[in-house]
Amino acid sequence: MEALLSLFVKSVFIENMALSFFLGMCTFIAISKKIETAIGLGIAVVVVQSITVPANNLILNYLLKEDALGWLGIYGVDLTFVGLISYIGVIAAIVQILEMFLDRFVPSLYAALGVFLPLITVNCAILGGSLFMVERDYDFAQSVVYGIGSGLGWALAITALAGVREKLKYSDVPAGLQGLGITFITVGLMSLGFMAFSGIQL
Amino acid sequence: MLRKLLDSIGPSFHEGGKFERFYILYEAVDTLLYSPPETTPHAPHARDAMDLKRVMGYVWLATFPVILMACWNTGFQANSAMAAMGTGELEGWRGALLGGIGYDPASFFANFLHGLTYFLPIYLTTFIVGGLAEVVFSFVRGHEVNEGFFVTSILYTLTMPPSIPLWMVSLGIIFGVVIGKEVFGGTGKNFLNPALVGRAFLFFAYPAAISGDSVWVAADGYSGATPLAAAAAGGMEQVAAGGYSWFDAFIGFIPGSIGETSTLAILIGGAMLLITRIASWRIVSGVFIGMVATSLLLNLIGSDTNPMFSMPFWWHLVTGGFAFGMIFMATDPVTAAHTNAGRWWFGILIGFMVVMIRVVNPAYPEGMMLAILFANIFAPLIDHFVVQANVRRRLKRQTQRA
Repeated sequence: MEALLSLFVKSVFIENMALSFFLGMCTFIAISKKIETAIGLGIAVVVVQSITVPANNLILNYLLKEDALGWLGIYGVDLTFVGLISYIGVIAAIVQILEMFLDRFVPSLYAALGVFLPLITVNCAILGGSLFMVERDYDFAQSVVYGIGSGLGWALAITALAGVREKLKYSDVPAGLQGLGITFITVGLMSLGFMAFSGIQL
Repeated sequence: MLRKLLDSIGPSFHEGGKFERFYILYEAVDTLLYSPPETTPHAPHARDAMDLKRVMGYVWLATFPVILMACWNTGFQANSAMAAMGTGELEGWRGALLGGIGYDPASFFANFLHGLTYFLPIYLTTFIVGGLAEVVFSFVRGHEVNEGFFVTSILYTLTMPPSIPLWMVSLGIIFGVVIGKEVFGGTGKNFLNPALVGRAFLFFAYPAAISGDSVWVAADGYSGATPLAAAAAGGMEQVAAGGYSWFDAFIGFIPGSIGETSTLAILIGGAMLLITRIASWRIVSGVFIGMVATSLLLNLIGSDTNPMFSMPFWWHLVTGGFAFGMIFMATDPVTAAHTNAGRWWFGILIGFMVVMIRVVNPAYPEGMMLAILFANIFAPLIDHFVVQANVRRRLKRQTQRA
């Protein structure tokens, strides 16, 4: 239990997807102009991440790994070379299913998330989460915790960035730096603040 | 007379004059010495002697007790170290300057002057180099040179370790002024404290010169750990073994960054700022409460392997940069939260983070700088939620009444 808790803290703060690995930058920078939309996107990422990482964990352990097909009586097969494409496929499929499910049963949430759901299919933070799970050999419980934690960390970062950018609307940025340029500098300075966590061993 | 001189050279700086391009320099000197002549042409009129320039000037004044104590303590630490090592004379310009006065750690003057030879070069470098960066930006962007830089430069200087090379000082202040402030449009438009951005830049770029055991005492080859580092290494016993009592740390007889050692001097300056309401008492109380609550909680949890868990809150207060950050850095009106409720949360977040970094993170013994930067990032978000909650409450009240 304690190990899972420290994994959670680690994935939210210390190994923040956006501010220490710089993953998911395209949506991170594009959809952070307003706090409300940033929160919406953040929730979508948390939901998708906490479903896809455990799902990919099951796929890895019961289909792809060497001798993972043992439960079918098939041995000596190692399918890890199709790992990358399976994870992407699984993510895309799950997002589609989730979208249809929300549209049918929770229309209010569907309306709130809007375009973000299909958008994050191609978000590298989502794929990155699954790949980290594979690389670090998480078991199922760990991958659930890691999925929720890394999603939350990303959501936290994009909400903070949106807050800063709303404040920066009143600033007087030199012409050449307006828009993307100053956002990149802002993100860099933010990750300087997040350096507070680097070096913590849990 | 000064007024006459300024008036007589004034026209050549105004539009159409010979030195039109240098108007901002004239303006900076003029308004520093005298109240600006411009008045608000239309209502609403607010009558107040405190404009931005006076506020900044006042903060600068409030650091004076800290500066005096800083010079004395830097010299005291250096002289004590020299006495302990048996070094009789210094070489170079410091030796030439101090040769006649001596290096007696019991002599007030010797200590003060020795400290001054460390404080002044750092401050002058900061002021000239950072000021140059600021003036260049003002020229190009056409905004006024702002007194905010007075505050930034002195706060930045006071957070430096005494033995830091001057080229690093210049590098850090340029980064702080340009990337931390000017790219956002100057004073009032940045979201991180420029002095801390500069220091954080040095901290991560040249960790050997700004952390560790050998940089805090300005004597070559002498290594003296700060009490905080000692506590991180071996708990409160190690601090006591180093010969530091709580009272020493409170008055400021401990090694550390130039201006952070004397909690007493900082609190005197802080009282000036709080009475004049330049610093928000909500932020200061928030930081203090957050720190006390978190350290009490960690005392309660306890740990067998990490001695920092048992560090009591009155030691957290007097060691490291806590007091300095609480009074001078966290209360920066630009980068702190702007709503009153938000200021409480902002302060508590700093207090919480600083103890967490000090205790839980073995990489950094000190956490004040990073805690404030971290809270600066979340300040706009805190404000947003406070405003939203207010909107919701008033909406509810309106609909109930209707």
